[in-house]
Amino acid sequence: MSRAEILKSIGKHKPPRRSLPEIPVFDTPNPDLLQQFRQVSEGIEGTVIRISGRVEISKAIHEKFSDVQQIAVSRSSFFPKALELKNFNDPHQLADVDVAILTGQFGVAENGAIWLRETDLVHRAAPFICQHLVIVLHEKQLVANMHQAYQRIQIDDNGYGVFIAGPSKTADIEQSLIIGAHGARSLTVLLSEEEC
Amino acid sequence: MNHSQSSEKFLRDKQRTGWHDASLWFVREKRDAVAKAVPEWETLRTLASEIKQQVLSDLDQYLISFEKNAQKNGVHVHWARDGKTHNEIVFNILQKHHARSLVKSKSMLTEECGLNEFLLANDIEVIDTDLGERIVQLAEEPPSHIVMPAIHKKKAEIGELFHQTIGTEKGNSDPAYLTEAARQHLREKFLRAEAALTGVNFAIAETGGVVVCTNEGNADMGVHLAPLQIHSMGIEKILPRAEHLGIFLRLLARSATGQLLTTYTSHYHRPKPGGEMHIIIVDNGRSEQLGQEKFRQSLCCIRCGACMNTCPVYRRSGGHSYGSVIPGPIGSILTPGMPIGGHPDLPFASTLCGSCNDVCPVKIDIHQQLYHWRQHSEIRQAAAPGKKRLMQFAAWLFSHPQAYRLAGKTARLFLRMLPRKAIYHRWNHWGLSRELPVAPRESFREWYDKNEGKK
Repeated sequence: MSRAEILKSIGKHKPPRRSLPEIPVFDTPNPDLLQQFRQVSEGIEGTVIRISGRVEISKAIHEKFSDVQQIAVSRSSFFPKALELKNFNDPHQLADVDVAILTGQFGVAENGAIWLRETDLVHRAAPFICQHLVIVLHEKQLVANMHQAYQRIQIDDNGYGVFIAGPSKTADIEQSLIIGAHGARSLTVLLSEEEC
Repeated sequence: MNHSQSSEKFLRDKQRTGWHDASLWFVREKRDAVAKAVPEWETLRTLASEIKQQVLSDLDQYLISFEKNAQKNGVHVHWARDGKTHNEIVFNILQKHHARSLVKSKSMLTEECGLNEFLLANDIEVIDTDLGERIVQLAEEPPSHIVMPAIHKKKAEIGELFHQTIGTEKGNSDPAYLTEAARQHLREKFLRAEAALTGVNFAIAETGGVVVCTNEGNADMGVHLAPLQIHSMGIEKILPRAEHLGIFLRLLARSATGQLLTTYTSHYHRPKPGGEMHIIIVDNGRSEQLGQEKFRQSLCCIRCGACMNTCPVYRRSGGHSYGSVIPGPIGSILTPGMPIGGHPDLPFASTLCGSCNDVCPVKIDIHQQLYHWRQHSEIRQAAAPGKKRLMQFAAWLFSHPQAYRLAGKTARLFLRMLPRKAIYHRWNHWGLSRELPVAPRESFREWYDKNEGKK
């Protein structure tokens, strides 16, 4: 039985017990989180578009994606006549989605990451299998760094949760940065003045 | 074959050696830039090191609570004492689900266990889905770097490989074109995979979940589409609480590739609706290594690869020259104590310059451990025989002052008098790629006797 063997071996070999260090509060001096988030997001090949609120989402989508076939949304109010993610039974059916529009919980200014939970995604595969990803984010919902990010969330309140920072990418061929590996080919963040 | 012989082979192609060296140095410089931009960088490293060492000091208890919490989340937890047991567990899970195809995202642990070979021999289709991993899988080679598996390959070689294996145009080696071709090729695999397996970057004891970091999105494409998900983790991947992720995630991507964070940081806690989730906890020599006081810190490693990118020996000898699943400085200290292959002379594959220690995000004392491994009798046996004989001769010479003085005199004379050919030949290893210094006319002792000794 591996379990008992492993635990026994660890028990025999582990060093004397130590205590965990206190984690200090890391406050970032930069007060302009919005500016930093925007700049960092663009630095990691994301696109940031400021909108006033929900009414401007479809306009922004039309301007950015002129000729897409299939748009899927987590909330029907995001885009008229779009497909609703909840109406897909199987995530494999999402393979033909061109643009997925989802809501993010909050953004992290130091690295441009946005936290999304399973309930925001409807299907866990949604932000990965679509060709282009759009995340709607309330501009007041920003934290400075990853320490503050983890203070805000309970990582197991959903079965799955993810930080997404930019579009999918790879540099596995001679260190050339190529955008669009297996996940979304682009990330557009709609930073909204009002909560959507 | 040992490390110095296989690096000699690598070094024969001077142009490629220079290119390899420069590619890795480029990553090192990116790492420096982003690390310097974090004012609390050194504090983060210290905290990370302390947290990891604390975890090791209470590892069995953490694993028990991790297991309990994962089970509460509806996850099946398995334990594997070695690589063989791990592979059998994976195979059994697949068989139970009648799954014949598995998509894998990057996991050095499964390389260590030889999972691919085992499953292929049992008629399971295994597809590595990280682009670099897919490249080396198609080329039937092991990864040469733990973060950038195909860093040793030139784009023209990848173009030719893809032409032969996945049917891209002949002669096209444009990275964007090749990446797109791999995207299409692997998307089809993702859509029909029956099971997905990933490695684990961090396992959180408090919540019973695992965290996986990728840039390509391959772990998530696999896990969310296949009905069955498996995560394989070494026992040392534990972090006590979610708040500790803040520290490690700030260090990991910056140290690995000079990014601020990987594109995707996924937290898996419960199976998807209608799906099944398994976690396999693997020992494979780790708990033994834990008992070695001088070497246990090697278990703090978070597999960022920073020590490889900075190492003057790794950069100029290539990952394959180590013959180990984990190459580079960290590989050279893990290999002697663990069943992961590797040449016996790896602790000598270092200049002991200490650069690996300086960049390590969890402050592992890599170069001290390399030195300690060199003292082990088995490792000493592995030192090059010429070097060993030379050391024995030197030890004799240094303990016989008259012989030493005579040898010095003779050497000074010969170095001045003899023709170049008689000094630079294949027996003079030092002179193969270096110039000897100009020999002075007198030794320090002679000078001292003449000037100071008489006073």
